Amino acid sequence: MELTALTAHKLLKLLSENEVSPEEVASAYLKRIEAVDKKLNSFAHIDPDEVLKKAKKIKGGKLKGLPIAVKDNFCVKGQLTTCSSKILKGFRPPYNATVIDKLEQEGALILGNLNMDEFAFGSSCETSCYGPTRNPWNIDYAPGGSSGGSAASVAARLTPWSLGSDTGGSIRQPASLCGVVGLKPTYGRVSRYGLIAFASSLDQIGPLTQNVEDAALLMNIISGYDKKDSTSVNTAVPDYLKSFTGDIKGIKIGIPKEYFISGIDPDVKDTVTKAIDILKKLGASVDEISLPHTEYAVATYYIVAPGEASSNLARFDGMHYGHRTNNLKKGTDNALIDMYSKTRGEGFGDEAKRRILLGTYVLSSGYYDAYYLKALKVRTKIAEDFSKAFKNFDCIVTPTSPTGAFKIGEKTSDPLSMYLSDIFTISANLAGIPAMSVPCGFTSGNLPVGLQILGKPFDEEMLFKVTHAYQQITDWHTRVPAGCK
Amino acid sequence: MQYETVIGLEVHVQLDINTKAFCGCSIEFGKPANTQVCPICLGLPGVLPVLNEKFLQYAMRAALALNCTVANFLKFDRKHYYYPDLPKNYQISQYDKPLAANGHLQIKIETGQKKIRILRVHMEEDAGKLIHTKDASLVDLNRTGTPLIEIVSQPDISSAAEAYTYLTRLKSILEYLEISDCDMEKGSLRCDANISLRPQGHTTLGTKAEVKNMNSFKGVRDALNYEIIRQEKTLREGGTIIQETRLWNEEKQKTFSMRSKEEAHDYRYIPDPDLVPFVIEKEAIEKARRELPELPQAKKERLIKDYSLSDYDAGILSADKQLAIYFEDAAQNYKQPKIICNWLMSDIMSYLNTNNIPIKKLKEVLPIDKLVAMLKLIDNNTISGKIAKQVLPEMLKTGKDTSVIIKEKNLSQITDAGVIESVINEVINENEKVVEEVKSGKDKALMFLVGQVMKKTRGKANPRMVNSLIKKKLEV
Amino acid sequence: MAINKDTIKYVAKLSRIELEESTLEDFTSQIGRILTYIEKLNQLDTENTVPTSHAVELKNVFRKDENTPSLENQAALSNAPEQENGHFKVPKII
Repeated sequence: MELTALTAHKLLKLLSENEVSPEEVASAYLKRIEAVDKKLNSFAHIDPDEVLKKAKKIKGGKLKGLPIAVKDNFCVKGQLTTCSSKILKGFRPPYNATVIDKLEQEGALILGNLNMDEFAFGSSCETSCYGPTRNPWNIDYAPGGSSGGSAASVAARLTPWSLGSDTGGSIRQPASLCGVVGLKPTYGRVSRYGLIAFASSLDQIGPLTQNVEDAALLMNIISGYDKKDSTSVNTAVPDYLKSFTGDIKGIKIGIPKEYFISGIDPDVKDTVTKAIDILKKLGASVDEISLPHTEYAVATYYIVAPGEASSNLARFDGMHYGHRTNNLKKGTDNALIDMYSKTRGEGFGDEAKRRILLGTYVLSSGYYDAYYLKALKVRTKIAEDFSKAFKNFDCIVTPTSPTGAFKIGEKTSDPLSMYLSDIFTISANLAGIPAMSVPCGFTSGNLPVGLQILGKPFDEEMLFKVTHAYQQITDWHTRVPAGCK
Repeated sequence: MQYETVIGLEVHVQLDINTKAFCGCSIEFGKPANTQVCPICLGLPGVLPVLNEKFLQYAMRAALALNCTVANFLKFDRKHYYYPDLPKNYQISQYDKPLAANGHLQIKIETGQKKIRILRVHMEEDAGKLIHTKDASLVDLNRTGTPLIEIVSQPDISSAAEAYTYLTRLKSILEYLEISDCDMEKGSLRCDANISLRPQGHTTLGTKAEVKNMNSFKGVRDALNYEIIRQEKTLREGGTIIQETRLWNEEKQKTFSMRSKEEAHDYRYIPDPDLVPFVIEKEAIEKARRELPELPQAKKERLIKDYSLSDYDAGILSADKQLAIYFEDAAQNYKQPKIICNWLMSDIMSYLNTNNIPIKKLKEVLPIDKLVAMLKLIDNNTISGKIAKQVLPEMLKTGKDTSVIIKEKNLSQITDAGVIESVINEVINENEKVVEEVKSGKDKALMFLVGQVMKKTRGKANPRMVNSLIKKKLEV
Repeated sequence: MAINKDTIKYVAKLSRIELEESTLEDFTSQIGRILTYIEKLNQLDTENTVPTSHAVELKNVFRKDENTPSLENQAALSNAPEQENGHFKVPKII
């Protein structure tokens, strides 16, 4: 039996029944990572000896030593956490993110940190200081991003599951492009404490898994109010595993016409249309709706997100931690400004710099109202589109991404075209609503396509119910990339 | 041409609560560097702030005591600038929705009362501290995140003396509220001043200088007086005032331009997305207002009314909450308040001042029952007032009771007529000439004899008895 | 809104990021294009729209004024590029 071929649920069953030990499971994954990840580069940091040491000691909890890998922006006490950026070189947080605490309390074994776009700035996992992660379905292609390592590692079965973060689609888009399940929960559902912030009002932590059952299990563990996060919401967390009723008869699904416009890959359109047909067959009622402000989402996002990012990233300056320049001229009359500028100039990659500059510009004196305030107002309109739609519909279904995976290097020289690849995922972050991507087929080039389903705030159960029903009669979620079998 | 001075003050006050504004680290002063820090106040990646409930309560108390309108809706903003004592490179502060605005403070000036308007009171976090060595700067982040309120006055202050009075009054009010120890030397109260001059009668403001780095109220007064002279001299010589920050140098008693080459500030305020807005219901504000303690002005008026004190005495007693409380406690146990007041304002205060004892320690060094016991010994003629003045410093120093000191030093009053008479006889024999003068009716001569008796008894004889016994003896 | 190299230079200075001359030119045109794209927001009338700075409406989230453990000095400085006597060491500030 190949342990690494199993879902989290199946592995957990073996661990619970003492059929395998945490150490055996960990070794199996470490061996596989060793063999496969040279090609994929999905891990940013992994310390096999440390992992095995921990695996020996681990026991109990709901997860019984089941491994998990996390994106490189989750603070794990004493372990390298760098946001795949040179500026955080060598940084070992002296504390755990709340989700890491929760996982460890339930007996999860943290395998290591996964590669990502630097500071989560990107949709391709190419801006990492550790080099790009490759798509397990075709290594010439990008896995999507920014949680590219989180998606690729699950697709290639280098970890049973993983955690990512989603600011504008960073869980869902790579999940879609790598053929795995990815959920961005409602803003406030999962504590952000210890997630290195990109854009605080948009960031949300979520699971990337092989199927929706695993996603529900992981959500049961990481969700809930955290007094360390003022923006986490103090409402009861349901048992998501109980969402799987198998029955979606009469559920009202809206299909926004703005998501099927020109620019969408015909393969993606066909695949998603077929998936919607299946939902109809299962008894859901499907109607076209309009979310009229969809076309403004990317513009709004690229003001709000860089604005907040320029603020959040101000702290990376080499004074108290992280990279500090060695190229300081002695005796310059402003050694301090020089140190800041050189450290940050050397430490950040181009995309991070672009976003910081863009964000600084839109917040700078005289431009705040024209850009930032304007964007916050349009954000209201985008959120209102959804609240209106949800008066009559239980959920909304769209493609996750307008295309399948694109080639490494294809969009790096044109930031705007890269930004536009998040066109279908950004709105959910602006509105704070939950959204999930599940595998629903392949393009003619044999690259995965994802189906996105969006729900009402704190109604992740609806997303689970619908996607679970869909997975009962499809097998896209069981496909494993050939090169990784 | 005459110039008039326009001053506005920005006062930062550290609030005396247990923990920092947004994390659970202690704010205790004087701990070893970087030992009262956690990932949150260190500004490490990934951390999030959560507002200390008491911070808002205390800040609201201050705002209400300063007659401000407390906002119903407030939020926190990030103010961005790069400095090594600010680990996030932004300060959590309040920009367009401050805690409170439109208040005022009444101060006493030569010509009566003056109202200094308060523009706003807002909440923010403090930065850390830098120590400069020969070749580097060292950062201590213990202070980072300490809860501060900033109290910004309108430019209603017209002299350095008024600024001094304003600060004294402000400190007095904050002490009454028991929300800060207001110790400028420890940095728990800091003051920056904006000062400009304009021709008398003009309404437009002149170019201002911002003066910083004063670390006492006296320093503020001296710095402003220096600035007034500097600016006036510059203007009279046809020069122009440059809008700049100037630092007060206490040693040289001068202000110096920072000559800063840094760019104009562009703080890029944004609402802090990690903190939620705060809504304060009207009822909560009213409740806080009702729960405010009695403030200096009200205390003063009540002291005048309840204890028949003069305006002057009540003013001094009420300026310090601890002093006023001491007075009132003593007055409960000794029914001659004026006498208590006199002792407090003369001998007791001067002892405290000379020995650098803060007023809040008064109850420890001179428990009220000891003071009252001493006053009663004067009343029942055990000691004279003069002896009491000798005994008091001893009491304050040693903590001993008056009666013990009297016994130890053999200071109790002599009221035995026989003993006094024998001393009088000695004095009469030694001063025949004066005795003749007394007999011829010279009061001054009588006083001399009384003095001699007192001297021989080392002040212990009851003066009234001495007086009457001499008169009796000499039959005058 | 037209931006030029000076704008980017100013913003880079404000953000404390040193840029190579060639990067400066690339960024000017790239950020310029993004800003042009962003201008589409001006098509929308937002006169009477309230801004949203939080996705989920919450208010009055406090913590109690209670101490939580601080870090040991060496843990606090564990990531410091340079330290001296329990302090973070930085270039001399004049």
